[in-house]
Amino acid sequence: MAKTRCLDPVVLNLWHPLGALVELPVDTVVDTVLLEERLSLAVGLGREVAVWRSCPDFVAGDKIDVASVSKSLPAKVAFGYLWASLGSPPDELFPIPEYEETDRRRLNAATFGVNVSAPRAIENFLDMGHFPYVHTDILGVEPHTEVKEYDVDISVERDEILATRCRFFQPLASSASETGAEVEYIFRVPHPYCSVLYKSSPVNDARYDVIAVFMQPLSQESVRAHMMLCILDEDNEDKVIKRFQQTIFGQDKPILENQFPKRLPLDPRAETPIRADKSAIAYRRWLSQKDVRYGVIPASY
Amino acid sequence: MLEDVRTRWHPIAATDDLPLRHVFHGQLLGREFAVWRADDGYVNVWENRCLHRGVRLSIGINDGRELKCQYHGWRYSNRTAGCTYIPAHPADAPARTITNRSFQAVERYGLVWSSEDPRGDLPVVEGIGEDDLLVLRAIPVNASAELVAQRLQSYRFQPNSEIAGTGTNIELVAATEAAVALRSCQGRAETLGVFFVQPVDSGRSVIRGVLSGRPNDAQLTAVLRYHNEALSKLREDLEREAAALPVPVPIEPIFERVSEELASLPELDSRGRKAAIRVQVARKWQTADGIMAFELRPIRGLLPTFQPGAHIDVHLPNGLVRQYSLTNGPGETDRFTIGVKLDPASRGGSQCLHDSVREGDVLAISEPRNNFPLRRDALKTIFVAGGIGVTPLLAMAQTLNNQSLAYELHYFAQNEQQLAFSECRQALGNAVMPHLGLSPSDTVNELRRLLSPYLPDTQLYICGPNPMLESTRSLAAEAGWPEAAVHFEYFKNTNVIDDSSSFEVALARSCLTIKVGAGQSILEAMRDAGVDLPSSCEQGACGTCLATVIEGEPDHQDVYLSPSERASGTKIMTCVSRSKSARLVIDA
Repeated sequence: MAKTRCLDPVVLNLWHPLGALVELPVDTVVDTVLLEERLSLAVGLGREVAVWRSCPDFVAGDKIDVASVSKSLPAKVAFGYLWASLGSPPDELFPIPEYEETDRRRLNAATFGVNVSAPRAIENFLDMGHFPYVHTDILGVEPHTEVKEYDVDISVERDEILATRCRFFQPLASSASETGAEVEYIFRVPHPYCSVLYKSSPVNDARYDVIAVFMQPLSQESVRAHMMLCILDEDNEDKVIKRFQQTIFGQDKPILENQFPKRLPLDPRAETPIRADKSAIAYRRWLSQKDVRYGVIPASY
Repeated sequence: MLEDVRTRWHPIAATDDLPLRHVFHGQLLGREFAVWRADDGYVNVWENRCLHRGVRLSIGINDGRELKCQYHGWRYSNRTAGCTYIPAHPADAPARTITNRSFQAVERYGLVWSSEDPRGDLPVVEGIGEDDLLVLRAIPVNASAELVAQRLQSYRFQPNSEIAGTGTNIELVAATEAAVALRSCQGRAETLGVFFVQPVDSGRSVIRGVLSGRPNDAQLTAVLRYHNEALSKLREDLEREAAALPVPVPIEPIFERVSEELASLPELDSRGRKAAIRVQVARKWQTADGIMAFELRPIRGLLPTFQPGAHIDVHLPNGLVRQYSLTNGPGETDRFTIGVKLDPASRGGSQCLHDSVREGDVLAISEPRNNFPLRRDALKTIFVAGGIGVTPLLAMAQTLNNQSLAYELHYFAQNEQQLAFSECRQALGNAVMPHLGLSPSDTVNELRRLLSPYLPDTQLYICGPNPMLESTRSLAAEAGWPEAAVHFEYFKNTNVIDDSSSFEVALARSCLTIKVGAGQSILEAMRDAGVDLPSSCEQGACGTCLATVIEGEPDHQDVYLSPSERASGTKIMTCVSRSKSARLVIDA
């Protein structure tokens, strides 16, 4: 394996997202950064992909035949994104079965640069308590600030965190309702830098909208956050849906960039948890158990 | 070397950097501060990190009394830096030990001074009068404080009244590694300039200049501009010089770890009936017929953080211990104010406070405890006060008022003269509604009117004499109020306590089994066995000595628990309640 700046084998061996497929030009070299390494990538017309360490032979914007790339890194397409690894990744990425349901809208709502570690961004995604303060009048509103009891489990067989029975008062539960209502959420963390959220669908009581965030770690303290939507919505235009999610993202960004330290501290005594943070506590423990070291401040110093 | 610097006082801001309701981002030796002035004038210098999730408090909201974090709305109190409210859990009172790290602050020479670990006094500058000086614009420099202080020795400037001239004489009055004092003389014109160097980090500094004498308005701008240009020139030279030197390693601030108790999710208790705090009666005044108010100030240091609804134990000179609610609003942390009604049937408590305790006396008090926490997630809150029961409700009303949340405070009394704390009530305006001289039946009718219909997301808080409290609770139940929305605090437990039973109590966590005999409370038996539990009123009214029942059937004799809490059989007030079963297992 070539030398890498990131020395964390756990993180090196993961699959990491590099971008939404539909937003990549065909047969063209695109540059990006992953774990402080400069990478180049290209997508062919038949969705064949290649990712390699940037080299002077192909520079961004060059036309390229994807099949001609030698020395390619492990790469694959999943959930509409191109994923790659700098180590030896597992065969499969975590599953999102709903992605295969044909009546759903599937799109990349946003790709946002944020100057914070990937785990801090994931923790923010799991957090309901900030809704009334950061996403005022959208995902929450004062004085409805209570985070009710919910359940958190670490699924051993799937090696992921699952938070269920999460409920929060939302002022505009759907475009159809004028008053607020309690919305139900389920959170999954199937990957140290990825999370999947299930939210009760405003159009179908029995089903959930799926919103996932995939963090592309540029460095220990900066990410590109990709947000994937897989939702039941036949009415709204893509740009309306994207604008909504980008507003939410834009509200989180300044808060996240003012978190200190930027890497997530895994020492239980670094910060003060409350009951509402059960899922975050489980996440921090899970990262410790996996011995993740990149983007965190490990508990044992 | 760095240790020396840490123990010294440094300027971190100009007093003008702290205008009304602003939060200033200060820096010293690699550490960030959130610096803010409360409406009462107190300057707070805090670690720039919310204890919860590390978000900078300098982006928080200064409401004049408290600083609110932008991320989850946690509120930290003026002066004590203690957390007073966690919105995600509106029914709980936060552990009062959630306290942000704060640093000392002193205002002098138009600057705010602080230190990580101050030893000794602030630097004294001869020749600069507190009332006649000019603070120059702060000049940030990308160079070490040491280098900046050295080069400042050759700074040259004209005296204020000869600002347009040239050829002044400069005398180096004093120079240290942190400041340079220069006197500029031309003829009879003379200005002393003191330039303090704030070490922001190992390679960054701020020059904070102060001149003796404030120029008149006509000259002011010219003097400011003159120094701004000259110091900016010095800055450019310094940065050029520093760029050629090796880059110093930035200073890593060390964040204190939170206590083990706080890190392992909530639950914390463990103080007996102790009175660790000494206060002085700073003011005693008659606030209404038969009601004396007492303003208690700390003898040294700061008072602990309190939350609305909290009470303190006051240990009286005659050996009695009595509970009084704090009436203070948020951020009023320099004093505790209580109201004491003279009880004609006094067993010596209110009598002693009314007759014997005087201004200047020292009293021992407990830390504030909050067993009557205020939710702030209601669309509207109704307070019903009877007589002196207004005291905790005044603290609550001020809190909601400060956060612009909707509330009404209905204050029942015989006449105008019996209404206490008029200044506080006036500040709350029309939200306080007195109901005067009503007969018991008219009171019931009025309460019925106020409580119906029940609207969702409304909370009711009641405090007053027992008969009124009982009837308000039953009227609320009649009107359809859910029990969880009705909160109450009794003055005292008027139930006749039957302590004739004897039984066994197993303390699950302590792995002890104790016998509770007739005439002895569970609390007393536990203390005899060396297991301490906090307590306050010790008559089943305040809620401090609450314990969790794991097994057995409690014999409730308190007035603190609600009917459903009683029925659940999982909670017990250990000071008065007993066991119906031969054995009771409690989590202690």
